[in-house]
Amino acid sequence: MLLEIITPDKKLFEGEVSSVIVPGKNGKFQMLNRHAPVISALKKGKIKIKTSQGVQQFDVNGGVVEMQKNKIIVLAE
Amino acid sequence: MGGLKEVRIRIVSVISTQQITKAMKMVSAAKLRRAQDAIVRLRPYASKLTEIMQNVSQSSEVSGGNPFTKVRPVNKVLIVAIASNRGLCGAFNSNIIRTVNKMLREQYAQQHSAGNVKVLCIGKKISDYFSKNKKLFLDQRNDVYNNLDFEHVSQIASFLMDEFAKETFDKVVIVYNQFKNAAVQYVTQETLLPLQPPTEEATGKGAKAKADYIFEPSIEEIVDELIPKTIRTQLYKAILDSNASEHGARMTAMNKATENAGDMLKELRLSYNKARQAVITREILEIVGGAEALKG
Repeated sequence: MLLEIITPDKKLFEGEVSSVIVPGKNGKFQMLNRHAPVISALKKGKIKIKTSQGVQQFDVNGGVVEMQKNKIIVLAE
Repeated sequence: MGGLKEVRIRIVSVISTQQITKAMKMVSAAKLRRAQDAIVRLRPYASKLTEIMQNVSQSSEVSGGNPFTKVRPVNKVLIVAIASNRGLCGAFNSNIIRTVNKMLREQYAQQHSAGNVKVLCIGKKISDYFSKNKKLFLDQRNDVYNNLDFEHVSQIASFLMDEFAKETFDKVVIVYNQFKNAAVQYVTQETLLPLQPPTEEATGKGAKAKADYIFEPSIEEIVDELIPKTIRTQLYKAILDSNASEHGARMTAMNKATENAGDMLKELRLSYNKARQAVITREILEIVGGAEALKG
């Protein structure tokens, strides 16, 4: 599935991933391929993503995530 | 001829002024490019944010309980005037001042005569102007330009949102130079608060993007998260636009100044050479006259 992590100042990440773990307001949750459409608020924490190259981490200061049609958009701060 | 030396001094001074304006133009061009990049980088974030906002508003009635969308009768108005810290950029700052004054006279004349309009200045030039009017002047935020990033702008936005929620103001309007291209800026006013829900585009897009979302933790909390973000982004965009416009305006002004200095130099050089030739002619005449006298 496709992931985009965007901040107001730059695009942090764009590409294919197999798993995303985000710090939701009510606790961390993971999104895998073909996850149901979801919109969630995020709190301060780490976004962990798994790509074919390995695992990456991004620190975020809150934000919003939207998953739709196998595409994830993270608006981070 | 005494004019010769004076003209020479003027030529030297015009040359050095021209060098300064040329350098300033180049600096502005570089800064303009950077400012434009910042706008371009913000664009995907802003467009995705409106997209999500639209998706959310399709699934529920958004504007219900949020304090930032509440439309109140407009008694107290805050005008956020965005200009620059530095001058030498043509009519950039005075355009903003003129627009704000016009708003005070026309749009918000009623509130202004009751003393219910305040101005928050961003930029030293405009603060200098409005700080003289104690009744009007609220505060300044000139330091944003020292370190222009989302975080600093967010602080201003949070301040505005707090004041709006406390009902210190019923309406917050921003006035800024919208960036068109390096030579053209439009003075624009936008209502920042209360936030207007995205309407016209939402209806067009509605049919295809409708999806059954899971809202986590709840739709209200997501809306509460999204609305301040939208406001912050709007303000950030306005300030970035204004920043790019400033450099664009300065670049054009300095380009014009360099050209004018060139024209001036041409004229000065002409009159210098004329004066120089006149002196030489006179000297030759004197010598010839002297030689004639000795002969006789």
